[in-house]
Amino acid sequence: MREYKVYRIEHGTVIDHIPHWNSLKVLDLLGLRQGSDLVTVGIGLDSKNMGRKDLVKVENRELSQEEMNKLALVAPQATINLIRNSERTHKHKVEVPDHIVGLVRCPNVGCITRHEHVPTRFDAISRTPLELRCYYCNYPFRSEELELL
Amino acid sequence: MLKNRSLVSIRDLSRAEIELVLDTAHKLENHRGRHLEHRQVALLFYEASTRTRNSFLTAVHQLGGSEAGFSSGEGSSVAKGESLHDTIKMFSAYCDAIVLRHPRDGAARWAADVSDVPIINAGDGKNQHPTQTLLDLYAIRATQGRIENLSIGIMGDLKYGRTVHSLVDALSLYPGVQLHCISPESLALPKSYGPHQVHQRLEDVIPQVDILYCTRIQRERLPDEAEYEKVKGIYRLNAAHLHNARPHMRVLHPLPRVDEIHPDVDVTNHAYYFQQAAGGVAVRKALLYLLLGLS
Ligand SMILES: [Zn+2]
Repeated sequence: MREYKVYRIEHGTVIDHIPHWNSLKVLDLLGLRQGSDLVTVGIGLDSKNMGRKDLVKVENRELSQEEMNKLALVAPQATINLIRNSERTHKHKVEVPDHIVGLVRCPNVGCITRHEHVPTRFDAISRTPLELRCYYCNYPFRSEELELL
Repeated sequence: MLKNRSLVSIRDLSRAEIELVLDTAHKLENHRGRHLEHRQVALLFYEASTRTRNSFLTAVHQLGGSEAGFSSGEGSSVAKGESLHDTIKMFSAYCDAIVLRHPRDGAARWAADVSDVPIINAGDGKNQHPTQTLLDLYAIRATQGRIENLSIGIMGDLKYGRTVHSLVDALSLYPGVQLHCISPESLALPKSYGPHQVHQRLEDVIPQVDILYCTRIQRERLPDEAEYEKVKGIYRLNAAHLHNARPHMRVLHPLPRVDEIHPDVDVTNHAYYFQQAAGGVAVRKALLYLLLGLS
């Protein structure tokens, strides 16, 4: 396995085990493209379990439980390491919430949420594999069809 | 127990609530009254559906109420450009209930979340049409005296058919119902709908069932024209098929039919699809009665 080295951070969050290329979605989901946070992104790193994986480090930022749960939509196996004073203090697994409001677009083109200003809402009907159902049109879909708003 | 509720999907109702609707429909079947006097029901039909609209309209009138609203094609300025949200807000301000027919999937749930008065879903795109299911159940109970422990055959497009899925959902609330599905393999009922027997031939099923529910197979659901022509001939009921049917067996269909029931079935004792459709008025009266808490 090829060694990779990512410089240590003093305070902040390291999100590991993101599916290859989904780090870009993670940036969108956490609003990191707009912010002034110092963000380091690793794309296509070697991983024993995932083949290739992505990794995102955000300095001086800790994620709320809600933000971590959002991450589960694009990185269901992600581990989140909280770093304080250069030490890892917490390690979290993410979990898809029961209800997802906003965030995701309904893949059903006939859905009312695609035609009127309606906040989207989904229920998680399965977690592995991830499967959501639209609260409005009842369309069930898996993560391959999932599109962030 | 249904007062001030909306009816968006048949899944919104428990078995006890379904029974209440059917009992009330039975009581109101030949009844005309003034329960809805001085009240208005909005019929908002964003797409044409003459039969469904007339059935609701008749129900409103037989309860003594008046209607507001529009039907697509009338060129209503209300429906043009205004959002569904705003239209629902406006009608819910002065009507007592709203009957909604809309081409978008999920429109009825959104309307129910926005509205201050009960919404009755009269069909939202490919999604739900719960009053059709209630009138199907009403016909089953009227002809067999019960719904539980019946043997029910369902024929046609079981993969995409909205009325089929809602009916199967509702029947799952009743113990002892045996489902016999008759369809081409490419239009089979999805496995997620629970246990059911699968048949390719109509003839195998007819002697075993109390109800035969037929639905249309739409050309565009099949891979090609040749397949459609083949299927069309097989899934077509005629009077000769019925020679070994149980005497009390009844044939239902959500209508309109195309080729799936030959007109020679109409004159047999087994035909019930026209009475089934007529029961829609009683069911819709019952819903208005219960959702508006009338007495
Ligand atoms: Zn939807």
